[in-house]
Amino acid sequence: MEDRVRIIDACKNFGKVVALRNATLSVKPGEVVLVIGPSGSGKSTMLRCINRLEHLTSGQIWIDDDQVTDHASDIRKIREEVGMVFQSFNLFPHLTALENITLAPRVVKKAPDKEAVGLGRSLLARVGLSEKESSYPEQLSGGQQQRVAIARALAMSPKVMLFDEPTSALDPEMIKEVLDVMVELAREGMTMLVVSHEMGFARAAAHTVVFMDNGEIIERGKPDDIFTNPKEERTQRFLKHIL
Amino acid sequence: MAEITEPRRETRIEVSDGALIPGKGEKSAFSAWRISFFGALALLVILPIVHPNPYTEILLFIPDGVLKTFEVTLLSIAFALVVGLITGIGRISRIRIINRIATIYVEIIRGIPLLVQIFYIYYALGKIVQVPDIMAAVIAMTVCYGAYLGEIFRAGIQSIHRGQMEAAIALGLTRGQALRRVILPQTVRVVLPPLGNEFIALLKDSSLVSILAVSDLLRRGREYASKTFYYFESLTVVALVYLVMTLFFSRLVALMEERMNKRGR
Repeated sequence: MEDRVRIIDACKNFGKVVALRNATLSVKPGEVVLVIGPSGSGKSTMLRCINRLEHLTSGQIWIDDDQVTDHASDIRKIREEVGMVFQSFNLFPHLTALENITLAPRVVKKAPDKEAVGLGRSLLARVGLSEKESSYPEQLSGGQQQRVAIARALAMSPKVMLFDEPTSALDPEMIKEVLDVMVELAREGMTMLVVSHEMGFARAAAHTVVFMDNGEIIERGKPDDIFTNPKEERTQRFLKHIL
Repeated sequence: MAEITEPRRETRIEVSDGALIPGKGEKSAFSAWRISFFGALALLVILPIVHPNPYTEILLFIPDGVLKTFEVTLLSIAFALVVGLITGIGRISRIRIINRIATIYVEIIRGIPLLVQIFYIYYALGKIVQVPDIMAAVIAMTVCYGAYLGEIFRAGIQSIHRGQMEAAIALGLTRGQALRRVILPQTVRVVLPPLGNEFIALLKDSSLVSILAVSDLLRRGREYASKTFYYFESLTVVALVYLVMTLFFSRLVALMEERMNKRGR
């Protein structure tokens, strides 16, 4: 099968700091990839380069047949097909939950009001927040906000979903409700790249685990193999800290 | 790289050249605002009773000027808001030439006294076209305040968390769409108090246009004085009327701000 996402020899420098060093990774359609690694290892940077929130210094990134890193390609079109969920939710505070979801279909796809609202309601139902459609973000708990943010990203019917530490800003009791939505999404066949250290999610949904350290992809493999039998010494050391 | 999430902080931009905007806490019957406002009103009522001549006559003479002052102020603030918004967006533009033009405009205007600008624009305009005095005054005030308001808009836009723009463009919005649909609606809340403050400052500065033969409040007061030589009395009334106006609007701005805060977002 064709790869959905291909990252080829990607490098990213922030001034003198090297955030990404020759990272190469391919993700198949429907594959769920969990990216783990110590803080500052380049996980988020790699994710943010996939929809060009950051520009690669060198290397290429492809989504199906579109080259993200080619400046001639229509990045806005590509971004429509890549959903992103942020650590800090980044919901639009001046809009209700429903309006947060319908904004992009309305503005970008010029969807008629009725259609956008119908889509928004069905997505809210999917993340279990139907009764919150007219709540503003500040009236929602962190877990609820993040579920709205997932619904918002899904509203553009993306081919790939990127999750940048989606549960790191949440209180423990709210993590599960967000992970449940993500696991459900994975079961439905969504292609996902998830930066997270949630072992529960890794066991329940991940097909592949990628370990990064110091801007490099050190090791990739099946969750069981990586967690129980890591080959690289750096992976072993890291896992000892988090498991 | 993990990003540490900061709690969202409400940004307040403090500008101190307008009138004092009373805070919510000042509920006392003898707050500075109440004493000044009702004191000025009381004087405007008592003086004509105690000294009908010349105060009654002055009070009858200046209402035209008050209207003119309002006219100049409202027209100027309306145009300045448009110029300011464009300037503010220009100041954060990624297109270098636009950014540079907006910045140079702000730098030049902020560096020249308003009085000099008013004279300058009046005579410069006079070399090209003949415009009515009041138009020249409004243009001069607009050019000047457009730069100040531009800085408020810029600061307001920049105070919105970067994640908002990222979330919007990640959804496929263009930067322009994100600005209009996501950033600017949030900016309004942040900039409203300082804009109210600038409005009051502009109301006061509009007295400078009296040098352009615009019969505003100050000019009417001086006209009366030069006819009758009641300089002290005329200017007392002029000052009191300005004070009543600015304090009235500062209260209005405070109420508006309170209501916005109550309404949530």
